[in-house]
Amino acid sequence: MPNVFIPPSMRDLIPDHSVVSMQGKTVRAVIEQLERSYPGAKDRLCSGETLRPGIAVTVDGAITPLGLLQPIGENSELHFLPAIGGG
Amino acid sequence: MSTAEKPSYKVIGTRPIRHDGVDKVTGRALYGADIKLSRMLYGATVRSPHAHAKIVRIDTSQAELMPGVRAVITSEDVPEQGDRVVELGEGAVNMRHLAANVMAREKVLYKGHVVAAVAADDVHTAEEACARIEVEYETLPPVLDLLKAMSADAPILNDDIRTESIGSAPSGSDQQTNVAKHFMFEKGDIKQGFADADIIVERTFDTAMVHQGYIEPHNATAHWNADDKITVWMSTQGTFSARQQTAELLLMPVSSVKVVPMEIGGGFGGKISVYLTPLAALLSKKTGRPVKILMSRTEVFEATGPTPGSHMRVKLGAKSDGTLVAGEAWIAFEAGAYTGSPIGAACMCVFACYDLPNGQVEGFDVCVNKPRTNAYRAPGSTHVAMATETLVDELCEKLKMDPTEFRIKNAAGEGTRRVDGPVYPRIGMVETVEAIRDSEHYKTTLDGKFCGRGVASGFWFNVGLKSSVSATVNSDGTVALVEGSTDIGGTRTSIAMQLAETLGIAAEDVNPVVVDTDSIGYTDITGGSRVTFSTGIAAINAAISIQEQMCQRAAILWETDAENVRYEEGHLVGPSDQRLSFRELAEKLRELGDAVVGYGTSGSETQGGAFGTHCVDVEIDPELGKVQILRYTIAQDAGTAIHPSYVEGQMQGGVVQGIGWALNEEYWYDEQGEMHNPTFLDYRIPTCYDVPMIDTIIVEVPDPQHPYGVRGVGEVPICPPPAAIANAIYDALGIRMTELPMAPHRVLAAYLGRNTDD
Repeated sequence: MPNVFIPPSMRDLIPDHSVVSMQGKTVRAVIEQLERSYPGAKDRLCSGETLRPGIAVTVDGAITPLGLLQPIGENSELHFLPAIGGG
Repeated sequence: MSTAEKPSYKVIGTRPIRHDGVDKVTGRALYGADIKLSRMLYGATVRSPHAHAKIVRIDTSQAELMPGVRAVITSEDVPEQGDRVVELGEGAVNMRHLAANVMAREKVLYKGHVVAAVAADDVHTAEEACARIEVEYETLPPVLDLLKAMSADAPILNDDIRTESIGSAPSGSDQQTNVAKHFMFEKGDIKQGFADADIIVERTFDTAMVHQGYIEPHNATAHWNADDKITVWMSTQGTFSARQQTAELLLMPVSSVKVVPMEIGGGFGGKISVYLTPLAALLSKKTGRPVKILMSRTEVFEATGPTPGSHMRVKLGAKSDGTLVAGEAWIAFEAGAYTGSPIGAACMCVFACYDLPNGQVEGFDVCVNKPRTNAYRAPGSTHVAMATETLVDELCEKLKMDPTEFRIKNAAGEGTRRVDGPVYPRIGMVETVEAIRDSEHYKTTLDGKFCGRGVASGFWFNVGLKSSVSATVNSDGTVALVEGSTDIGGTRTSIAMQLAETLGIAAEDVNPVVVDTDSIGYTDITGGSRVTFSTGIAAINAAISIQEQMCQRAAILWETDAENVRYEEGHLVGPSDQRLSFRELAEKLRELGDAVVGYGTSGSETQGGAFGTHCVDVEIDPELGKVQILRYTIAQDAGTAIHPSYVEGQMQGGVVQGIGWALNEEYWYDEQGEMHNPTFLDYRIPTCYDVPMIDTIIVEVPDPQHPYGVRGVGEVPICPPPAAIANAIYDALGIRMTELPMAPHRVLAAYLGRNTDD
């Protein structure tokens, strides 16, 4: 199953876990599963049908422009990180 | 140049003359200030003399009575934004804050904050009218110090800010604060990591606010037409970002705004946010005439976004054999008046060069009464490199290890998990250190009583984002390449070369042009070291489309099916060994059907990251504290260098700016928040007298995400210089410098063992 790395500031909601395994074939599906296991998790990460402003999701090390719609593999890793720009 | 199994290219790796070179060197290139339109008016702005104040009253009546004055605007003319956060291509922006930064509404938050603007027949009349606008302020105590701004009893800048963290619960608190954001990253077991360490080093660092120092000041000319179509001519790093910012600020559809990019005299991250564009547009709306506004150098310094000042506490632990086992960082950045410093990136960069098993990083974005900070070349990474690389040098000294040996032993590589979580793909950190270790510079002994040598490494992510190009085959065999990436560092040519390589034609046979937002598909900013990577991929895709179309046209000519025609190194080859060059077929296209136009886009690719390692020799005047750079060598992973001269230029330019951070550049604020050095006479960027020729070593570890292996090169070279120079100063004098800039008075004070305030 895909592994979701939990941001430290969500540990109040998901205690004792820095990584949780969640089923899903897209980022959205994984977050929905996270929400079922840990109610409130979706609201921490999403605003409506998109990621919250300023949050980027990386799947297997790559920031995806598809956000919640990004397909993920059986053994993918998901990280929620600050969106990065550049100069 | 070190090369790792480099494929054989015909165009890539060569050094053609830049396509825009003649216009640039003959002065024919048109910049924003060169615009002259029929019936054009000139704008000027009224700016706050206070760093923190409430606006009690603005009286524009005397200005409006002046002959030649055509319009005056204040915040009442700027649409209310409400609580909107908008994604502007390179990050989310609070529109209320962006609008207030363009034109202060209720409070001014830094000296130089715009409170009104005027359009008049000439700039002198506009400036005189500005002087006649009366603004009554109720001054408030300014907060200029980062740590004081974080304290519970600090004056509050923005009453709508509550501390936010990724994934944190909504605060629901009424507690106002200047700490807009908080980031936390963890890996492994930090306590156990330090418990396992045989040696621990820890220091506190401060870095100054530094301006990008682009030569061309901000400018904008806008014409709000009677049909509500707005055309803007400006210097910008991103036409589509400028279009969206302008449209959002004016509450207009993006399709009603067209941004025409003028040549750009430098940006380095500072020309992403808009400042003047909405003001020029609103003045144009009031007058029905085009309005041009130019900033002075002082306005640029006082009111446009520099990189933040910072306060950092960093700690590293290592085993006695030199293995890094733990790292901890606490980092606070001055956001300026509104939230948005690159603190998130800084937190992700602080230990990015190393394979660190246990780490913890905490970061804070803090509002202070200074201009809203903005991106500056590898935003956030130079600050943290100063801290980490200084401590790495200290570990090397205590462990009696060669600094290159230590870095090679601990370098991040493919498969290393960063403290912020993701795992690296193929990267070239080790190769850059090896290149320095093996360089003639490093192998040469440095003699001299007050001379020293320093080494430091640096990292920047590089981004992908979206690009679009179109390419049309001309009947003479040349290709017209149309792109939306504004050209700051020679990207017209680096993009054209990738198209040429793919088509098997000469770079000189491609004519690149950068066009307005109505004339090309969506293209993100020129920033994040992304253009040669991402727009390059778009150009390659356009070239592949042209190849296919040319095969179809040759098939018509040779009366066969397209699948029987091959495209080989700039030639079309038919089933009966017919052979035409690209040019020969182009000459026949008129009779062979539709025009051949290739379109290409990109956006799904992510760069693998860029690393650099630097070596510097310095000599210090023990009586003056002045640091002279004697020799400088930079090794950087460029993936594949498309145009080596441009890569070298980016490396050298980044180093020079890093030397400015290291030795001279800072804002001199008094206690009231007034900047006392807002000109290039007093804000001292390095000149040719301050730097020697900088030797470059291009390391090529191709990025598998790009067809030719490109890695962006524009940003990472600014990261290591301050730490490398600090380490060289230590080598020379035995003093650890922990505050930037390491100006003569600070070096001298540290050398004499005195406090810098003495």
